[in-house]
Amino acid sequence: MTIDQSRSTRREVDRNRLTPAPPTESYLGMPAFPKGVKSELGNQQLRRNLRHATTTIRGKRAMRQAEVHNWQEMRTAAEQIKNRVGRHLDHYLIQAEEKMTAAGITVHWARDAEEANRIVVDITKSKNTDEVVKIKSMATQETDLNEALEEAGIAAWETDLAELIVQMGHDKPSHILVPAIHRNRSEVREIFLDEMGNWGAPAPADISDDPPELANAARLHLREKFLRAEVGISGGNFIVADTGSLVIVESEGNGRMCLTLPETLISVVGIEKLVPTFDDLEVFLRLLPRSSTGERMNPYTSIWTGVTEGDGPQDLHVVLLDNGRTKVLEDPVGREALRCIRCSACMNVCPVYERVGGHAYGSVYPGPIGSILTPQLRGVSSPIDQSLPFASSLCGACDEVCPVKIPISDILVHMRHKVVEYKKGKRPIPTGERVLFKGLGWMMAKGNRLAGAQTFTKTAGKLFKRKQYIGPIPIPGYAANWTNARDIPMPPAQTFRDWWAEREDTK
Amino acid sequence: MAPGDGKTVALFATCINDTMFPSTPKAVVQVLERLGCKVVFPKSQSCCGQMLTNTGYYDEAIPSVRNYVKTFDEYDYIVGPSGSCIGAVRHQHPMIARHAKDEGLETATEDIVQRTYDFSEFLVDVLGVEDVGAYFPHRVTFHPTCHSMRIAKVGDKPQRLLRAVRGITLLELPQADQCCGFGGTFSVKNPDVSVAMGTDKARNAASTGAEYLVAGDNACLMHIGGILNRGNTGVQRIHLAEILANTEEGATL
Ligand code: SF4
Repeated sequence: MTIDQSRSTRREVDRNRLTPAPPTESYLGMPAFPKGVKSELGNQQLRRNLRHATTTIRGKRAMRQAEVHNWQEMRTAAEQIKNRVGRHLDHYLIQAEEKMTAAGITVHWARDAEEANRIVVDITKSKNTDEVVKIKSMATQETDLNEALEEAGIAAWETDLAELIVQMGHDKPSHILVPAIHRNRSEVREIFLDEMGNWGAPAPADISDDPPELANAARLHLREKFLRAEVGISGGNFIVADTGSLVIVESEGNGRMCLTLPETLISVVGIEKLVPTFDDLEVFLRLLPRSSTGERMNPYTSIWTGVTEGDGPQDLHVVLLDNGRTKVLEDPVGREALRCIRCSACMNVCPVYERVGGHAYGSVYPGPIGSILTPQLRGVSSPIDQSLPFASSLCGACDEVCPVKIPISDILVHMRHKVVEYKKGKRPIPTGERVLFKGLGWMMAKGNRLAGAQTFTKTAGKLFKRKQYIGPIPIPGYAANWTNARDIPMPPAQTFRDWWAEREDTK
Repeated sequence: MAPGDGKTVALFATCINDTMFPSTPKAVVQVLERLGCKVVFPKSQSCCGQMLTNTGYYDEAIPSVRNYVKTFDEYDYIVGPSGSCIGAVRHQHPMIARHAKDEGLETATEDIVQRTYDFSEFLVDVLGVEDVGAYFPHRVTFHPTCHSMRIAKVGDKPQRLLRAVRGITLLELPQADQCCGFGGTFSVKNPDVSVAMGTDKARNAASTGAEYLVAGDNACLMHIGGILNRGNTGVQRIHLAEILANTEEGATL
């Protein structure tokens, strides 16, 4: 396709919508991971973008970690603080509610996504406005808040540069920190040229793909929205229980605008985001920027302890979101995933993520954390959720970098077990794979059973003595899956145990 | 006195080496005997059960764990030429025993874990040798393998052993610490991603100009080697033990 052709396929503006329409496909309807990756693997542009971006950020993270002599102790401290929060979640939640309320924040409780969205819609409507500005937030993506607002006649504008690219591109985020990691600058230029004018200030007609020019176009486009908005919406990185402080970190300053200009601020925060005391915050504010963007210090850290007249939002709401988290907390192995501070280090080092990007994970949380958290939050009944725990080679690179020491590989294996058990419960009659593994389990229970099974490999070895490798085997399933692109060694005519027995005999 | 004098080593060949790559455990026997150890091969051994555990089949993995304990319980040194299988024994056997709700088995696994070594670890840590008298006049590049590094945590022991080999030329593998994409059943459940990763690893190996790609795990080598062979790259795979078994005086077994 030439560039001109691709530009001419530009979509018609949907006049019935207040904001650009996201892709229609729902996450849960997505194909299982092994199928979903096919188009991404075949997209060299995407793979190059991902390789470049993840390699750069990986290197920066490693450099920043190396600067801190007690990095491992800090990780342990973070792990222990978060574990304490999990152990006494009820206590800290009530304490946080009391302190926030005393400081002048209105606290709401949301059992699930629907409840959270309803609360946000109601507050916004009560302000007689039909638009909001948003700071990048994972919690509101989890609840699909933007679409709930759209349905209620309220336009939600993303103000983070990469989120803006995603929104204007009718796209889905593919990374939790850099959601447009799959786009390059020429694509961004085209998206801005095609779409910005439909939803506000247009991009300059002569705009190039120079990043500063693109950022400037975004700035101009967003400025009128910032100045107009009456309501800002954010997530929250931490809530300090003993002071009732809401902590939001961001890098671009767009958050500072959303947090200070509108009269009303609504923050949707997962219930696991608590830290007990202000001192505990220190550990996380040191770990988070180094792990996520590879910076020593976070550029913009906003802390609201209630409202202050004449400074910042005058009406502040915090929506505490469960949405499956208490269910995760019930599982002694899986619950460790709740320590996550969404730094994205695990996906930046992940060799699987590096090659396929975020979309194939069918979840707002891609990469290793998504593979363990999403099937816990959503359950393992859909094909995509059943495939996520298997979307890893268990190389363990993520375990090493996670700043809160989540044993991601162990939880992946644990979730695989849950998937197997779920399927056993659903279908009492074993399927192909289960029969295979049952047989394997039986065979490996005793040495002489393994020896018996080796008769087959030895026979093959004897029959094809002169062949070193076996090429493609056109039997669908594991045999073809292996040999389609890889040869497999011809098994030898004599196993080790036979050689050993022979040697013992001749001694 | 040889470093291994008075030590009896129970060889855990691992099911894949026993069946597919017997030259590797043979090489282990040769090196250990050369260093003075008495090597035994308890033939009731089978598999570490990792393939079952890592695919989520915990119940089916229990018999493998029991069998490992029964087979090796009486030995002080259990040595296997696979960072991955050794890592699985150490890291997963106690977990599977807990899953089986068998306290006796749990205690037994926790105890046996202390006596289970990867081949490279046993040489360096227990026997205290790095130069095992090997000679290998070839250009090789070393892939550290994820489970050797991150689960068995063998550190730089394989490299130290390799550096002491006479005649060898060690070439640095670009992006050595990146996973090769084998990942056990990942290789057949997610074949496309697995091959994409393996192709990058194979390309990096071929780019060094090495004759051999060496590692401490034949499963990873089977995967990378399968790609190297399909592409006619001319790079051969070889297990670390087989390099260490090679001496100037005599060819390998
Ligand atoms: S799992 Fe760990 S590394 Fe991954 S995003 Fe969460 S905190 Fe960061």
